[in-house]
Amino acid sequence: MREVAILGVGQTQFGELWDRSFREIGIEAGFKALESSKLSSKDLSALYIGNMASGAFIDQEHVGPLVLDYSGLAGHHIPSVRVEAGEASGAMALAQAYLAVASGAYDFVVVGGAEKMTDVPDERGAAIASSTMDQEWERVFGASMASLWGLIARRHMIDHGTKREEFARLSVLDHENGSKNPLAHFRNKITLEQVLGANPVAEPLGMLDCAPSSDGAAALVLGPLETARKYTDTPIRISASQIATDFVALMHRRSITTIDSTVIAAQRAFQQAKTDPSHLRLAEIHDSYSIGGLMALEDLGFYPKGAAGKALSDGAVGTGGKLTINTSGGLKAQGQPFGAVGIAQVAEIVRQLRGEAGPRQVSGPEMGLAHNVGGSGATSIVHILSRVN
Amino acid sequence: MSVARFWRETLRRYNLGASKCPECQTVFFPPRSVCPQCTVHRKSMTKMEPCQLSGKGEIFSYTTVYEAADGFEMQVPYVLALVKMAEGPVLTGQVVDVDPKEVHEGMPVKATFRKLREDGDSGVIHYGYKFAIVRSPTASK
Amino acid sequence: MKGNGAGIVSYGTYVPRYRISPDEIGRVWGVDGVAMGKNLNIHSKSVPSPDEDTITISTEALRVAIARGNIDPREIGALYVGSESHPYAVKPTATIVAQAVGATPNLTAADFEFACKAGTAAIQVCMGLVSSGMIKYGVAIGSDTSQGAPGDALEYSASAGGGAFVIGKDHIIAKINATQSYTTDTPDFWRREGQRYPSHGGRFTGEPAYFRHVTECGKGIMKAEGTTPADYQHVVFHQPNGKFPLRAGKMLGFNDDQMRYGMVTPWIGNTYSGAALIGLANVLDHAKPSERILVVGYGSGAGSDAFDVTVTDEISHYDHSIGTPVQKDLEEGISINYSIYAKFRGKIRLSGE
Ligand SMILES: [Zn+2]
Repeated sequence: MREVAILGVGQTQFGELWDRSFREIGIEAGFKALESSKLSSKDLSALYIGNMASGAFIDQEHVGPLVLDYSGLAGHHIPSVRVEAGEASGAMALAQAYLAVASGAYDFVVVGGAEKMTDVPDERGAAIASSTMDQEWERVFGASMASLWGLIARRHMIDHGTKREEFARLSVLDHENGSKNPLAHFRNKITLEQVLGANPVAEPLGMLDCAPSSDGAAALVLGPLETARKYTDTPIRISASQIATDFVALMHRRSITTIDSTVIAAQRAFQQAKTDPSHLRLAEIHDSYSIGGLMALEDLGFYPKGAAGKALSDGAVGTGGKLTINTSGGLKAQGQPFGAVGIAQVAEIVRQLRGEAGPRQVSGPEMGLAHNVGGSGATSIVHILSRVN
Repeated sequence: MSVARFWRETLRRYNLGASKCPECQTVFFPPRSVCPQCTVHRKSMTKMEPCQLSGKGEIFSYTTVYEAADGFEMQVPYVLALVKMAEGPVLTGQVVDVDPKEVHEGMPVKATFRKLREDGDSGVIHYGYKFAIVRSPTASK
Repeated sequence: MKGNGAGIVSYGTYVPRYRISPDEIGRVWGVDGVAMGKNLNIHSKSVPSPDEDTITISTEALRVAIARGNIDPREIGALYVGSESHPYAVKPTATIVAQAVGATPNLTAADFEFACKAGTAAIQVCMGLVSSGMIKYGVAIGSDTSQGAPGDALEYSASAGGGAFVIGKDHIIAKINATQSYTTDTPDFWRREGQRYPSHGGRFTGEPAYFRHVTECGKGIMKAEGTTPADYQHVVFHQPNGKFPLRAGKMLGFNDDQMRYGMVTPWIGNTYSGAALIGLANVLDHAKPSERILVVGYGSGAGSDAFDVTVTDEISHYDHSIGTPVQKDLEEGISINYSIYAKFRGKIRLSGE
């Protein structure tokens, strides 16, 4: 296996993009990524697209060749692979593209993630969002995605004494960061009181504990690390790319207050990158629901189980703290176009490692971690990126 | 949901038909054809035994849902719970006829037969289990 | 008609938990609900939650009966559900109930409809099948989630609930000595196909309908059996409200004491096909061996079914601890206001419906 580098990143605006179609945002992100490297489309061996539910959202399957086609690449006849792993589709596409380049099968690939979510009414959108849980044994019995995370939150409070305001702080933090990200869906700051006072969705979770439905796309260009400097001045090394899975239904898991797939993906990733959580000061964590973000801090190994709540209250997590998370605004503020999330997280880490994150730049990070989750935790994918010195 | 898709699971949804691993005795709901506990799948493959849940259990976690799942709009707010059954498996289901403020972890419940959802005004009606609070069976006088 | 050895092997009831008072209903329609309640002798009525219907009520009642009697559901040879609120116009309630209790596939099943007496009619059919030896157990269920049109007098009484009776020959807790019916064409109450709410003949539902059929049927069975009211410790009537059965009882010569346990409508409302059966269940919850019970059901349209029943020694070993005793349902419930009631009963339509 050879080492793989990220040579370029591109990302569209996240949000309610009423005037833009699925194919348009996919193409924009891909070309932006390509433009930011010195490669051109004729150099590409393949295209990977992370997408969760284009069939349900826009009645369009077979989006691999669709995006390729409208990118003007139909004549190249290169492989175009659509990858689905629920809300972790983006990171899953990256993991597959990484393996393809690392193995030597392909040299240069574009890996994108895209979702167009606002072309359906809200209720239909919520139903599609629930499609990553077990349809026969969870959804049929009245479970929504928010309710599964509500069940997790309640049990976390019972088992670990976690307080409702502790996970509410993640939403405040996300909006604070999102206010500095011009691509974010939400750029307004919110207060703890607003989160606590928002309309309930699935108690203890309220409206402001839940990430929005967004349109958006993001893309990366990958290539072998050994020749990377020919195509960019600031290649970023993929130090680890690890996937772990678990039971699909929440009720079947060993524990509902630990996402085992995250624990295992993180352990494998730290091992692959030959590092450990204490050396990481920058992460993009999956917080589609605030409680999920709190648990990620524990399950990724940054805090012992039950200690993340206090760390959030104490300000140990956040800009200026020991660990900086979600400078992009996270899923809550940057937005949650399902298939694009995992790629956008990596794009943000790349911008930070290159020192291109503008007003939200943290000082001199050497390494960063991205954590993408599918469903209520059946898939977790962890990537660790590092600067090439 | 198509008529056949719901119908083929009615034995489980109406009657809590489960399965048991002959090797480690673990009970699974819904029934499984391979035991995830016994890591060598040949030990359980094709050997899982059908069994029946009693319907008794206790609440493991719970949430009050205000933004309904598709088809449950009329029941908002409703309580959704993970229920640890007496035989071991944990089930996801609604807790009915209860003030959400009354619900707590460890609360004893039993399975009850209810309408899950309707396929519109003219479609079929889906039935299955939900959970009811266990109340003392004796009358007060 | 003689019972020929058929009797009650087990029984179970189910009454939804929610209650609304006539006072609360009257408040919405500018009617003196307290007076209306007094007039009808109804303190409260049961209200099904949005996920309850005749199928779920029947299933819950039968599950209790099966558990109390320790019955193997595969030995049920016939299952009939009597109701005027079957959830499907076409597609039997009985098949779903049979599947849900594990009685399928080797049984005969059908839905009955005869206003409020479809359940008692089902008992008669089961008696015939059992006493002829065609089946071991027959299940007769009477259950309803009845609706009165908003603002109509019926709205103060129409409620939900059901009773399930397992009819057999062995280990019977009550022997059915005889049954008799009285049937005429009397249009006192009806609902045309496709109509949401039933219509009724107002005061015509009294004298020529309910009272004539109930008293004639009651007199008929006592004459055939050579009994008088004094021979019965308990009497149960169909009870569209809390007043009609008391008057019918007086007309036939029964006293309040005999009617005490058979009266359930004042607390749970008129459960239609379930009413007489839940009344009988409450009597059996309290009855002692060798006590004699007269049951007279009534269904609009119109007809009465009467049963002469004697409790056996088996009732001393019968497991009453399973399920909810009727008395508990009469005493307890969750009070709701008219807004919640309207939501539960589908009187509020959601967008897109
Ligand atoms: Zn096993």
